[in-house]
Amino acid sequence: MTAHVWTRRQMLLRSGLAFGGMLLPGCDRLNQAPAFKHLLGSAEGLTMSAQRLLLPRQKLATEFTAADLSPVFRSNGSSRPDTEVYQQILADNFASWNLRVDGLVARPLGLSLAALRAMPSRTQITRHDCVEGWSAIGQWTGVPLGDVLSLAQLHPQTRYIVLHCADRLWQGAGLYYESIDLIDAYHPQTLLAYALNGKALPVANGAPLRLRVERQLGYKQAKYIMRIEAVSDLRNVQGGKGGFWEDLGGYEWYAGI
Amino acid sequence: MNARNIVYRHSRATRIMHWINALSVLLVLMSGLQIFNAHPRLHWGKFGADADPTLMQIGAMRGSDNRLAGVVLLGHAKLTTTGVLGVSADASGAPSVRAFPRWATIPSFQDLASGRRWHFFFAWILVINSFIYLLVSLISRHVQRDLLPARGELSFRHFFQEICDHARLKFPRGEAARRYNLLQKLSYLFVIFILGPLMLATGLTMSPGIDAAVHWLPDLFGGRQSARTLHFIAAVLITLFVVVHLLMVLLAGPFNEIRSMITGRYTLPAEKSR
Repeated sequence: MTAHVWTRRQMLLRSGLAFGGMLLPGCDRLNQAPAFKHLLGSAEGLTMSAQRLLLPRQKLATEFTAADLSPVFRSNGSSRPDTEVYQQILADNFASWNLRVDGLVARPLGLSLAALRAMPSRTQITRHDCVEGWSAIGQWTGVPLGDVLSLAQLHPQTRYIVLHCADRLWQGAGLYYESIDLIDAYHPQTLLAYALNGKALPVANGAPLRLRVERQLGYKQAKYIMRIEAVSDLRNVQGGKGGFWEDLGGYEWYAGI
Repeated sequence: MNARNIVYRHSRATRIMHWINALSVLLVLMSGLQIFNAHPRLHWGKFGADADPTLMQIGAMRGSDNRLAGVVLLGHAKLTTTGVLGVSADASGAPSVRAFPRWATIPSFQDLASGRRWHFFFAWILVINSFIYLLVSLISRHVQRDLLPARGELSFRHFFQEICDHARLKFPRGEAARRYNLLQKLSYLFVIFILGPLMLATGLTMSPGIDAAVHWLPDLFGGRQSARTLHFIAAVLITLFVVVHLLMVLLAGPFNEIRSMITGRYTLPAEKSR
């Protein structure tokens, strides 16, 4: 009887195949392990600290010219919310819509679309970067969020601004929401936008009001805003991670990359 | 084989960093394909979304027989790539629509958020490791001594000779095998000093935060979508480098080559007797 002796070549080939065969299921399993997820997630903190270090608080995102506008500004996520509350405000073309500003504020507000339009506005042409990889350039007009917050007078313990929305992405999901910290909330380009490319904000892009927080990715730009809430902690808001996709899919709360 | 022919080829620092590098390159590459799958199109310019022109896109179509076919549109060319790109087997073996197949992505199933977590974590490791490698290799003069072509090597004649030798799979033996050959040096230098920095810079250009901090960065590449396309092209080139690198390891004697990258010891191939 002859024993089968592996040649070096066979051995290398086999170990190569075995490595490949273990890699994928191994990565999938690691991907589901909470401790490993947590380890991978630690890079988010590093990214945020690095970017906050590099990025002066008031530094503006690049503004483009009318020649750079995307011919079609892609709509993503909800494009026509079917929630009851949205159908109601859509029915009278947002005349009954009223933006609530509450939480840790001295003066809770209720602002109609007309009231927002009457406030000093800012118009900017900026690039919208989706987490999926595409970009679109559009012109936004709206009220700087900081102005609205100043009007409502935040309590000193406020750390985050939460935007509650009227859309849900699918049956059974919670209502969309997002949050940003005060650095981004008071950034001069952070707008409550009511117009896109010089026209009233289309339903597909978040009518009557959406957030623009220009130094972060698309999923932070909450659409169909109903209420703005000042909070000291995100743990008690919905899933506790500061946003719909953050709660559900593990997207980063700080979406600067 | 006598002991004199064994040389100490790779320093401990090079060996450790080589393997950290190998693992993180593999993982950023595969998680990068997961990210690409979320928008399997490449554009040129400042913007680019579904309604805009593409340089390349991977998609699926129903053929006349109503079967799903994977297609790659490259400029005006249309390639059928069913089984690998556009349409490939899902976990149960059934054809499913996805740009890169499950065996090429991390995780294997569609999950952009996880892909991003893997990508950025190992990108940090890769960047830190590469930075230390560069620092150590410049201080120890590894770059100057082993990677920069020697004066005599940079002639057209020598270059041509090496290309011919490589094409005939004739590798250096004896004393000549102590050093990297010219093609090796040039490809390592190209990867370390051109592709690596390009990868990092185009990757950072895709970040809206970094772009706000450094306004000229997207302009350098012709816009964010151009940078994304270049990031993809550089990834393809790095993959090609890895494939050729592994092929060369196999052809030059895998046991000896891999051992030298683990223990540092390398047996100089004996001169051929004439």
